[in-house]
Amino acid sequence: MFDVHAIRKEFPILSREVNGYSLVYLDNAATSQKPQQVIDAIVDYYSNYNANIHRGVHSLSQEATDAYEAARKKIQAHFSVKHSHEVILTPGTTHGINLVANGFSSLLKEGDEIIVSALEHHSNIVPWQMLCERTGAILKVIPIDEDGVLKMDAFDTLLSKKTKLVFVNHISNALGTINPIKYIIDEAHKYDAAVLIDGAQACSHIKPNLAALDCDFYVTSAHKMCGPTGVGMLYGKEEWLEKLPPYQGGGEMIAEVSFEKTTYAGLPHKFEAGTPNICGGIAFGVAIDYLNNIGFDAIAAHEEKLLKYATKKLLAIDGLKIYGTGTQKTSVISFNIEGIHPYDIGTIVDKLGIAVRTGHHCAQPIMNFFNIPGTVRASFAFYNTMEEVDKLVSAVERAKMMLQ
Amino acid sequence: MTIEQIQEELIDEFSMFDDWMQRYEYMIDLGKSLPLIDEAKKTDDKLIKGCQSKVWLDAGLNGEKVNFKADSDAIITKGIIAILIRVFDDQAPEDILSAKMDFIDEIGLKEHLSPTRANGLVSMVKQLKLYALGYQAQLNS
Repeated sequence: MFDVHAIRKEFPILSREVNGYSLVYLDNAATSQKPQQVIDAIVDYYSNYNANIHRGVHSLSQEATDAYEAARKKIQAHFSVKHSHEVILTPGTTHGINLVANGFSSLLKEGDEIIVSALEHHSNIVPWQMLCERTGAILKVIPIDEDGVLKMDAFDTLLSKKTKLVFVNHISNALGTINPIKYIIDEAHKYDAAVLIDGAQACSHIKPNLAALDCDFYVTSAHKMCGPTGVGMLYGKEEWLEKLPPYQGGGEMIAEVSFEKTTYAGLPHKFEAGTPNICGGIAFGVAIDYLNNIGFDAIAAHEEKLLKYATKKLLAIDGLKIYGTGTQKTSVISFNIEGIHPYDIGTIVDKLGIAVRTGHHCAQPIMNFFNIPGTVRASFAFYNTMEEVDKLVSAVERAKMMLQ
Repeated sequence: MTIEQIQEELIDEFSMFDDWMQRYEYMIDLGKSLPLIDEAKKTDDKLIKGCQSKVWLDAGLNGEKVNFKADSDAIITKGIIAILIRVFDDQAPEDILSAKMDFIDEIGLKEHLSPTRANGLVSMVKQLKLYALGYQAQLNS
């Protein structure tokens, strides 16, 4: 039985005050808060079995290695990945994208094409621009319509024999739009193009089945899913990971080293140079258990209620416009009020204890498309309540009164 | 008036308010009296970097004193730059350069000094002082 008030008690930070008000945390698309179980796992690791992994023969190192590798298996099971060595533990989504982009620089030639969507986060645009500069490949962009939805007919015409890579986010961070990734993956595969999906915004809301999706790469970050910062997953199909060269040199990623020649370790270690974020990886596993215990169906049902209620209440404010109005979206509301800068609204609602994000959300091309300097973004998680929606709405109304 | 006297005056004015809402409302009002930069001068080179909202700042030398004009597309930011210009406008470059900024804390706007605040109060002060530095060099040459 989903009980939001019982769940809230498991997040210590949610009971604190900000500027004299109870915190209303609505910046979940930037990072999620952490339950006690995850915090305890971090404390437990450093208190009881901190050791370097994969090398030591001593018991502590064995324990830490077992826990870290058990976390990898948990991640594998959660995302329905075929082999555990297809799960690369990274410092996060951006690192995973850069690892793939870097790897492809040896596989692309001049005139090859890369397709990205107009809904991308800067971290999913810049690495490909750099890759194009290095290789002479050409970047093509899937446009969006007024609802902030990708135009699939335009995507169809962009695809050709020249397409080598397609990169799309699963869910837009700025607007919350859920992209039709299954269609994109299937169509791209008809041209033998590889597909990377950025799941940073998706994995706190839904449980992707990567085997069924059949994407070639999928990246995400633990910190958006109740886990710690500094750790994430890169999933890659075995045949692609074998094809890509190592990203960084160092310990952990080698099999044998001499000054004449070094042979690299097998997967996944080839892409995990240096001492990894051991504690982070273990806590990532605990966060996944935590979310699965609540259940993604229950999470989605609660978030859907929050989204519908907040959308209705916010739209009742005169002059308020929501960006990202497609039918397929998660609990993210990006909005502006006519004649008021989003920064001003963010500043006033913060004084009332409400944490929202303002600005371009690292997605300037989207803001340019709508011809706005930015938006106010309220992003809801399963631990948010209807009362918090009411507080947001009255704070926005108050800000409007002060600012107009 | 000297910079210190203007700062004291501002501290007095802001001390009349008991809560943040009144302070912000007053700051928004101050923004309305800001000497505005000409529309034609709102070019990219007048933009202050590091602000989430757009802030244009221009300066000119009047005798041995510096005059400032500015504008912003966000009204709280406009209030902040108006306060800064009230303090620094029509002052000598060396006085602008040596001015202390403790009054920001005393008028209850301390949160805007934090580097996490994207409104760029720190960037605005830096840019005002850069203009002063430029005019000081010009006057001494």
